[in-house]
Order: sequence, then C-alpha cells, then structure tokens
Amino acid sequence: MTTKKITIEPVTRVEGHGKVTILLDEEGQVSQARLHIVEFRGFERFIQGRPYWEIPVLVQRLCGICPVSHHLAAAKAMDGIVGVDVLTPTAEKMRRLMHYGQMFQSHALHFFHLVSPDLLFGFDADPLERNVIGVAQKFPDLAVQGVMMRKYGQEIIKATAGKKIHGTGAVPGGINKNLSIEERDGFLKDIDQMIEWCRASLKIAKDYTLEHIGELADFGSFDSNHVSLVREDGAMDLYHGNLRAITSTGEKIFDQVDYQGYFKYIAEEVRSWSYMKFPFISSLGPETGWYRVGPLSRVNACDFIDTPEAEAARKDFLSITDGKPNNITMAYHWARMIELLHSGEKIRELLNDPDLQGTDLMAKGERRGESVGLIEAPRGTLFHHYKVDENDQVTMANLIVSTTNNNTPMNLAVEGVARKYLSGAEITEGLLNRVEVAIRAYDPCLSCATHAMGQMPLVIELEDAAGNTLDRRVRG
Amino acid sequence: MKILIIGYGNPGRLDDGLGPAFAERARALELSGVAVESNYQLNVEDADLISKYEVVVFADASVDAAEPFEFQPLEKKAPMVGFSSHSITAGSLLGLAEELFGATPAAYTMAIRGYDFNEFGEVLSERALANLDAALEFFAGWVAE
Repeated sequence: MTTKKITIEPVTRVEGHGKVTILLDEEGQVSQARLHIVEFRGFERFIQGRPYWEIPVLVQRLCGICPVSHHLAAAKAMDGIVGVDVLTPTAEKMRRLMHYGQMFQSHALHFFHLVSPDLLFGFDADPLERNVIGVAQKFPDLAVQGVMMRKYGQEIIKATAGKKIHGTGAVPGGINKNLSIEERDGFLKDIDQMIEWCRASLKIAKDYTLEHIGELADFGSFDSNHVSLVREDGAMDLYHGNLRAITSTGEKIFDQVDYQGYFKYIAEEVRSWSYMKFPFISSLGPETGWYRVGPLSRVNACDFIDTPEAEAARKDFLSITDGKPNNITMAYHWARMIELLHSGEKIRELLNDPDLQGTDLMAKGERRGESVGLIEAPRGTLFHHYKVDENDQVTMANLIVSTTNNNTPMNLAVEGVARKYLSGAEITEGLLNRVEVAIRAYDPCLSCATHAMGQMPLVIELEDAAGNTLDRRVRG
Repeated sequence: MKILIIGYGNPGRLDDGLGPAFAERARALELSGVAVESNYQLNVEDADLISKYEVVVFADASVDAAEPFEFQPLEKKAPMVGFSSHSITAGSLLGLAEELFGATPAAYTMAIRGYDFNEFGEVLSERALANLDAALEFFAGWVAE
C-alpha cells in the first residue's frame, strides 16, 4: 500500500525532541498519527551508584518545568528507603504546601501563557496575535493575573524548597525547614486575591467549554480509562493516596491499590517507532488498557474534593455528563482550573495551620532496600521506583513520568484532529494549529528543560512512503 | 544604574548550565549595582522582575554562537505559542514587560558557546569553561565602563 507521511517537528537543541507524523493511506485518508517524544535517556544510569539521600535533589535535573514534582516523588520513595511511612505533621504539611504551590503556578502558567490565546482568539487566529503578548494587549488585567499567580506559586516553592533551582526542602524522612511567621503572613496577605483570580480563571474555562461544547466534543476526543491517586475516603488528593482506575463510564477497574505494588497493575509496552513507552492497565492488556492521567482523570476518578469551592465546581463539571466521567479532551482545561481553585483553597488552609511552624521535622524508621514514590504532578501521576543496596547506593531506578502515561491518548487526540481537519496532502495552517491545540490540552512536558537561545521553530514536513519531502513549512 | 543578570539553563545537562554558571560566577564578583538571578528557564513572571531594572543581561548557553561568546543588544519580539514548553524567550519577555508593566529596560544577550548538551551531568566541558571565563572577563569590564 502506498502511504504518505506528514511530519510536524519542533527543532531544538535536544536531538529528535518531538515530532508529529501523520500517516496517510493511498486514498489520502489518515491511517495513523504518531507523536514522537524523546524521553529522557540515560537518567537511570546517571543516578545508579549515587547515595539515596542525593536523589531528591538529583532528579530535579530531569526537568526545568516540574522539578518540584520529581523532587517530591523521589523524596516519598526515599521515605520508604529510610523506613518512614508517616511523616511528622510539619514535614507532611510543608511538602503539601510545596506541592500545591507547584500545582498552582504550573496550572496558572499553562492556562494564561499557552491556552488562553487559543480560547480568547480562536484556533485560527494569526499566531502573531494568538500568544501571551496578544493577551496582554487585549486583556491586560488577565495577563497580569497570570503573571502574578505564577509568581505567587513560585515564591511558595522558594519558601518551602529553599530555592528555585535544585530545591533541597524535602529529604528522606522529612523536611529540612519549616515556614516562618513572616513567610506565612506574606503569603496570607495575597491568598484571597489569588483565590478570586482562580474563580475568574475557572469561569473562563467553563464558559468556553460550554459555549463550544458541540465542536469540542468532536475535537480529538474519545472514551478512555482514567487513573489517579485518591485518598482512602475517595477524595481527590494530589500529594498522596492509593491508585484508582476507572473506565470511561466510571466503573472501577481497580481501587485503593497501594502504589508500592503499582507494577502488578500497570505495565509498559514498547513500540518500534517511539522512544517513549506506552503504559497500560495489565488486566486489560495494551489494546484496551491504556488510560489518561492528569486533571481530567483526577476530577473524573475522585468521589469528591475536600475544599468547598472546588467541590462545587466538580459537581458542576460532572453535571454536563450526568455524573459520569467526562471524556472530552478539551475539558482538560476546565478540570485544570478546578484544580487551580482547589490548590488555592488548600494553600489557604495550610497557611492557617500552625503545624507549619512546628520544629519536629524528621521521622525515623528501619532501613529498606526498595521503595516507590507516587505523586499527582500537574500533568498527571508520576511514578518513581528505586532499589538501594547495603552501601546506600541506588542500584535500580524506574520512572514513569506523567507525559508517558498520556502517550497513547495524545497520539489518539492528534489522530482524531488529523482525520477531521486534514484536507488532501497539504499542511494547512488550520491543521497545524489544531494539532498543537490537541497536544496542549494534555500539557505535556517535552523539554527536560533544555532550551535554545531564540524561538523554537515548528517544522512541518510532508513525505511520501519513499521518504521524499513533498511539502515543508516552518513556523517561528 | 541598576543592572540585572538572569542566567538560565539546566545545570544538570552539561553545557546547558553555562547560563546559571555565568550568574553564579558574576554574583561572586560582587559588582556594584549588579543583581543576579538564575533559573532553569525564563518564565512569564520574570516580566515583573525585569521591569524593576534599567539594564537586563540574559545569559544562556548557545549551540551556535561565535566562540567564545556573543554579547548583543536585544530587541523585544512577539512570542509564538509553543507546542508545550513553558519557557518564554528573552525577546518575548521584554515585550511582555512593556505591555504589562510599561517597562523598557535596555537588554542584552550573553550567548556563551557550549558544546555538550544531550547527556546528564553537572559539569561544563573544558571549552565551555574557557568561554565562560572569557565572557565573565568581558562582562566585568563592560560593567566598569
């Protein structure tokens, strides 16, 4: 069979950073879409032989976008290595504050910087306008809110992790600092404003989704399983809990699974064309066991949210699907803003907790040789699994990052968009825009923090089966 | 005159750490009137930060700058909405600072040539270190002028 390939490739200093290939059949119809992402390579080897206590800091080298998530997931795993199953109240709450600060700044940044231009100007708007400067010019108050919310979350990270780069706050068995009264009061002063801005952001995402529900329901959407951590009582818990998996209609596949045994429930498939693995629920197999993670899955999977405004927003969200899980890809944005509000509420709750000024920072236990740490990172469930020998050196590391969990769904989202919007063998601006919008819904982390001076261009190539380039476009 | 250096890059990715290394070495020089920040990458909230300075120097590793470094004035640029990464370019940051805060600091890029980027490791290559030394020597003289 004759096939043609359309390739969309961002070129960066990281070799083979990521590209989209849309395969056409001989009738010119989309047969498959492949999102190629080069996962971090060699990291497990890099940390082998390093002492376990270095790992929560070392893993932050992985990614400049969500270093705090790696820091905390590794710290949770190393808690197990030092035999600590329960942290002191001060340590747990400081880590939670750090985590909600990370969630707050990440969700705010994604929404204002990357998504709001799509929602405010439309997918077909000129890229010269459809960007954060365009938002600043037409909606200056909104743009300032985004910047200040991001800054607020970053300052919380700095106060809890110690610094912006390579924070050291979380250590195996606890935390190395508490929150001073001065730091607390500084954050309390602004938290009500932050929550007010969360409400406004949530309204934008909700209103947009409802106004465009017809289009969005058919935009890279599909039924899927969903996986996330939930608390023992079924509440959303972004820092800690047990694993739950549900079907697209809400039936539980497994529930309250201790994540120390995650490998009995989650497996990973390798495909020849991708460096990134394809995780799936073992009992269902790779064909039907793939799943989504992240804000959409977390809001779908939990029984309730333990902060009042976010819980009201969750009920509102599920009301449009009669209480069943929402499987619309673009609903990720609405769900993300529910989590933004939840994070704001949680930050306020924590700031008012005197345990943050406690001085009992470390717990002790009996040394173990293997441990797993899971956390709900902004983009979804993040797995860290380590083995440590009697010399305190790491001998094995296995990491499943959030974006890897969403590998199959992102491919399907791109494929769905391509099927609907590809016309002939031409790479149109509209197609490119929509492929980007579909991928952005998942807020994937593709960069591992390596960046290039200057703008990242987007290269689109159209190739036939023999590898001849039929068309090529560059944006940026 | 208030000068700000922002050095950015991932110190765990070999020569990608040139930006933060430049920032930390410049901090150690304790140059009068010079403030220093470093981070993995530039972010939108840096628009607020740079709006408080008269001069901003963005220090980063470069894969293709002339050796040992290129120091050039920077103009504001319109950003492009990216696939994913949350970073923002220095030129876009200038534009954002002007739009949001009415600030128009003079801006420069210090692009220090690096060579090794695609492995993990918290060490600069020998050639990158030499380029860093040259960039710092130039920068100290430039500030003095």
